[in-house]
Amino acid sequence: MEFIFFLSAAVKAGTCLLYATLGEIISEKVGHLNLGVEGMMQMGAVIGFIAGFTFGNPFAAVLCAALAGAAGALIYALLTVSFKANQTVTGLTLSIFGVGFAAFFGKTFVGKKVPEAITTFFQPIKLPFLGDIPFIGDIFFNQSVYVYFSYILVIAIYLYLYKTKWGLNTRMIGENPVAADASGIPVDKYKYFNIVLCGALCGLGGAFLSLVYISVYPVNVVSGRGWIAVCLVIFAMWNPGKAMLGAYFFGALDIASFWLQKYNLPVSIYLFTALPYLATVFVLLFTSMRKINNKKEPAWLGKNYFKEDR
Amino acid sequence: MKKKLGVLMLALIMVVVSVVGCSSGSTSKTNAVTKVGFLYVGPADDGGWSQVHDQGRAKMVEHFNGKVETVVKENVAEEKSAVVSTVRDMVDQGCTIIFGTSYGFMDGMVEAAKEFPDVKFEHCSGYMTSDNLGTYFGRIEEPRYLSGIVAGLTTKTNKIAYIAAMPIPECVRGINAFALGVKSVNPTATVNVSWTNTWYDPTVEKAAAEALIQQGCDVTAQHQDSTAVMEAAKEAGKLSIGYDLSAATTMSEVYMTAPLWDFSGYYTERVQAVIDGTWKSDTYWGGMNDGIVSLDTITKLAPGSAQAQVDTATAAIKAGTLNVFAGEIKDQTGTVRVNAGTVLTDEAELSMDWFVDNVVGSVN
Repeated sequence: MEFIFFLSAAVKAGTCLLYATLGEIISEKVGHLNLGVEGMMQMGAVIGFIAGFTFGNPFAAVLCAALAGAAGALIYALLTVSFKANQTVTGLTLSIFGVGFAAFFGKTFVGKKVPEAITTFFQPIKLPFLGDIPFIGDIFFNQSVYVYFSYILVIAIYLYLYKTKWGLNTRMIGENPVAADASGIPVDKYKYFNIVLCGALCGLGGAFLSLVYISVYPVNVVSGRGWIAVCLVIFAMWNPGKAMLGAYFFGALDIASFWLQKYNLPVSIYLFTALPYLATVFVLLFTSMRKINNKKEPAWLGKNYFKEDR
Repeated sequence: MKKKLGVLMLALIMVVVSVVGCSSGSTSKTNAVTKVGFLYVGPADDGGWSQVHDQGRAKMVEHFNGKVETVVKENVAEEKSAVVSTVRDMVDQGCTIIFGTSYGFMDGMVEAAKEFPDVKFEHCSGYMTSDNLGTYFGRIEEPRYLSGIVAGLTTKTNKIAYIAAMPIPECVRGINAFALGVKSVNPTATVNVSWTNTWYDPTVEKAAAEALIQQGCDVTAQHQDSTAVMEAAKEAGKLSIGYDLSAATTMSEVYMTAPLWDFSGYYTERVQAVIDGTWKSDTYWGGMNDGIVSLDTITKLAPGSAQAQVDTATAAIKAGTLNVFAGEIKDQTGTVRVNAGTVLTDEAELSMDWFVDNVVGSVN
């Protein structure tokens, strides 16, 4: 029973990572390494909370969070797609900006409670049939609607990337924008769309923390989870399905130390905080050694496309 | 060109935001007032440690009624260079006494005290002193012990959760004092410790509390700066002991009491000493008698007998007849750490790295 609760808590802990990772996958698939995940999550967390607190409506809160993240991503898209600024530097700047943004706008809301209407709406709901499956039901289908929505997103994004023309074009731009451009795909439009969508998802990930996970608004609620999401993209090898597994695995690592402490293991708890990053390094090593092409990063990841250089 | 413009724009936005965000300090040009500097490690309204200091500062300013002005710098990094440059700025603005309110400011405070021998420095929770650098802290273990009494009387499963930040003597001391308080009223209850390795990360704190509650704990206590632990208790229908600030209104469903800080008296006294010219470097470690630490009003969620027992213990602590770390105290291995009839020395308290026998968990 305790183990089931642990796994269910791991799913909860991994959900914010899942949203952000799905977003970052879309962005990287189109060739844009956006290191601003942390910042966009922060923006989503704070704006989502403020909207929820002001309107008392869960839909308004979630929508505003997505818009806030998207707005952050739009700055990034403007600088990197239109102005061809360095992606790494711009992303890092966006992260720093987002943290400041959240601190500034969240200042007067610290210690305020999420309205009752929203807390009730996001309370765990046991799904009929699915929730009755032993083990699986307790772990996956006795969660908040916010978590259920992430399940749907995983499927939707998988279908988008691999089963639609738009997804094919997106992936093509990430692999070879020159060829994509030559075949008449509007490269910049696709880039804008994917990057902004990434921002919206990161915003949702951040708002999960401030609206669902914690019900009293604190300073810096994201505290570094954006960086774990960036790692997770590599760990998941740019695959939405694996991102789901990875997110729950990282979520489990995030909370594992508290469940293991009672056994007094001779292992430092610092190891657990380092494990997600360590695991990512191993995945990187593994994929680069095996040279599996469809499990590697998009060929043009991090490189800007200058039409004039074609 | 466009690219540069864009980068410039973004930089400008960031500068504006950070300038606006940091501009909570106040300055004035008149010489009749005494200027006091405060360095905080977090935002002044963090709901915890820095807020405690800021409340103390505000009360002190009110007491002097216009004769004292303060210069506040929030979010100072725990690095030597950051502390020294902040201090320089404060001295430039005319500060004659400067309080550094985080342990991590120590190196910077020492350096700054050397650079400005005419300015008085006070460092909270540190151990380095000089002619113009003093230290101050409070015996929070006294109210911790009292909160342990409340927890010990409350628990029905005889398992109490204690979410703590860092395995350092300050936290270990608090846990032991709490556990001894529990033991004084409920010898069979255990205090189950979980380390989070962070002073402030609500999601981590909550996850830690959830784990302990799931393992059967029905009362939570904390050495963390957010209210996340109490939230976990609220969701599970358990009860809580807070820390730093009263959560009687924000967490009314679970909050029983909390060990509290009040630095206003100390700040007032020390600033008065600077005004009078009697300030001398000191190492202050005050207890409940000074009012620097106290236990919050016990709410009606606590068992009825708690108030009377806490009152008795409070009176004994204030009268000096009850020392929290009086023998005989055994550690987890059964070794006697404090002999009967003796009390733990201050040095031993400051380097504490063992748990008393009713604590479950390890110091590592």
